[in-house]
Amino acid sequence: MDLFLSLIQLLDSSLRLATPLVLAALAGLYCERAGIVDIGLEGKMLGAAFAAATTAYLTGSVWAGLVAGIAASVVLALLHGFACITHRGNQVVSGVAINTLVMGLTPVLGHAWFREGGQTPALSNGTPFAGVQLPYVPVDRDAAMALIVQQDPDLRTLRQLTNRLEAGDADLAARIDALLVAPTPVISWIMAGLQGFANGTVDFVTATRFTPIELPLAETLAPVPILGPVYGELISGHNILVYAAVALVPLTAWVLYRTRFGLRLRAVGENPAAVDTAGISVARMRYQAVIVTGILCGIAGAYLSTAHNAAFVRDMTAGKGYLALAALIFAKWRPVPVLLTCLLFGFLEAMEARLQGVSVPLIGEVPVQLIQAMPYILTVVLLAGFIGRAVAPKASGIPYVKER
Amino acid sequence: MRQAQGRAQQGDDNTMTRFAVALAATALAAGPAFAPGLATAQDGDFVPAVVFDMGGKFDRSFNEGIYNGVERFAEEAGVSYLEFEVTNEAQREQGLRRMARSGASAILAAGFAQADSVEVVAAEFPEVKFTIIDAVIDLPNVQSVIFREQEGSFLVGMLAAMATETGVVGFVGGMDIPLIRAFACGYAQGVHYVDPTLEVLENMTGTTPAAWNDPTRGGELARSQFDRGADVVFAAAGGTGIGVYQAAADSGNLAIGVDSNQNHLQPGTMLTSMIKRVDVAAHNAFAAVQDGTWEPGLLDLGLAEDGVGWALDEHNTDLVSQEMRDAVEAARDAIVAGEVTVIDYRTDNSCDYEG
Repeated sequence: MDLFLSLIQLLDSSLRLATPLVLAALAGLYCERAGIVDIGLEGKMLGAAFAAATTAYLTGSVWAGLVAGIAASVVLALLHGFACITHRGNQVVSGVAINTLVMGLTPVLGHAWFREGGQTPALSNGTPFAGVQLPYVPVDRDAAMALIVQQDPDLRTLRQLTNRLEAGDADLAARIDALLVAPTPVISWIMAGLQGFANGTVDFVTATRFTPIELPLAETLAPVPILGPVYGELISGHNILVYAAVALVPLTAWVLYRTRFGLRLRAVGENPAAVDTAGISVARMRYQAVIVTGILCGIAGAYLSTAHNAAFVRDMTAGKGYLALAALIFAKWRPVPVLLTCLLFGFLEAMEARLQGVSVPLIGEVPVQLIQAMPYILTVVLLAGFIGRAVAPKASGIPYVKER
Repeated sequence: MRQAQGRAQQGDDNTMTRFAVALAATALAAGPAFAPGLATAQDGDFVPAVVFDMGGKFDRSFNEGIYNGVERFAEEAGVSYLEFEVTNEAQREQGLRRMARSGASAILAAGFAQADSVEVVAAEFPEVKFTIIDAVIDLPNVQSVIFREQEGSFLVGMLAAMATETGVVGFVGGMDIPLIRAFACGYAQGVHYVDPTLEVLENMTGTTPAAWNDPTRGGELARSQFDRGADVVFAAAGGTGIGVYQAAADSGNLAIGVDSNQNHLQPGTMLTSMIKRVDVAAHNAFAAVQDGTWEPGLLDLGLAEDGVGWALDEHNTDLVSQEMRDAVEAARDAIVAGEVTVIDYRTDNSCDYEG
């Protein structure tokens, strides 16, 4: 059972690490399917991460941060589009230029604004809701202690509170006793529900960071074997962007294969001349595609700086944009395989953290260096041996020139 | 040069012209670098310079400690100083050389990774006084400052052992080098000094200097240790540590900072910080050069010299009980008096001790 639990935790960590890859790879999928090669995923993510962290810090709202991140990324995507679609420039060169630009610009701006060496100030988890306590809501000792920790700015953790109580702080003990409310049937049940809803809403709106969401029934299901931990540990307790990334996979598949937009998008990437003949503007389709790419990269960047971490740090994408491109090729430009590939990459990275210094049965302790090389070794082996030929969309990378 | 260009312009050879123009441009660009005077200070003027290492001046840890020390010195002495921030490995030698060329009389190099570069550049500029922190170089114009990190780590290890409720504590290192292993080894010794049955988890962030600035991975490593049961994690990882402290705060576990006092970064979940007084070392190095007491050779700072220690301030006073304070202070005195020996990983690259 212990092994099972560590497996669940490993998958949990894989999901967290795979999320930015999934978002970036889907972003790449849209524009590559429309015939625009985008090396600039990395730069767009980095720009979005910076814009999101800066805005979230200044406005105190993670949602404003998300919007700013998307906006920054879309601007960069339009720049890419302007160079490659309108001016038929080299797509790889434009992408690399964007990466270089952002890599240099973000720390410079960050340092000029915050004087922290190119980082942005750390985001807090939001001011915990210290407002209304509804009547009739039952409060036991644990809940009372949690409330005091929330409301008292001097206390950050329960541990601090218990330490103070053990040290004999009579004032705190009295405050806890004053908060205790015994449950009354039905009324307290309704009021507790209302209270939970109010707290949740306020936390959701005022957060400066995307914090984990506990899905309903996670507590109730906890004692159930297998299903309990799978639901409680693996599925519940992620931030909203993780769920968004997973939901975007079927959505992308539906858009790509079941809508008119998707059909045209794929056609523009395979045979733009035919699309043009049918009276559809190739440039317009491609611009739409790069905007979608910008939006998705923006979410990926915001995830990095306001959900997975709590600040922007220079070069925080650390090659994730390129890894996403690799995943895209690995998955042969198809949405569901993109998800699986990204999960595999995330899994390998999560494994790396856990295998260090752990004695593996039969082999003994594996050297750190070998474990850290594992994702790359596996990628090469899988790409060479199992995936077979990856054929890119036919018009990918070729600027469209209308025949005269 | 003008002659060469003139001749080329007279000739029809296009390539020749381009070559000459390029040559002229190069000479122009390189000019100031070769020209002595202008940027150089007068003899006798005291110009300190500092070269920070990867991780950056504001890593809130090692480099920032040095920065604070240098700033304090500059303010007290009323002098300005030159600085250089290394952002990739190839720049170290360039940075040091540039400082020396532009007239710095004392150069402070931050970090073990600059050892090779300092060795080369110090030999080229025998009149410049070099001070390097965290490495030993045997040259007549280099002062090497090293710390007995294992002693400070020992004390925070004891605190971790007394604070843990699960019986498991963790360590997240930055780049996998003997220096960081020494932190880990001292920490483990401190943990086991309190209770030999406790388990110590150990992770290194990476094997390249990028490991000093990867908070995402730091956070993920810390989470993996919390998943495996740890409830106190000590990070000796420069900027990577920020991710570790964040992960600890997010999950309600405790973290221990390093080098600078980092308790304020996540008040309430920072158990303490293992302080390495690089700020004092940086300050003293320049102060010594200024008042003429600077001497080449080795400066070995440990608990006895107050070169290392642990941080107690308003942010963690609730987390460290009187009992814990007394135990740590007793151990500190015992180490200073030589009654307790803390093994240094670097002496024979191993961490064998009676657990």
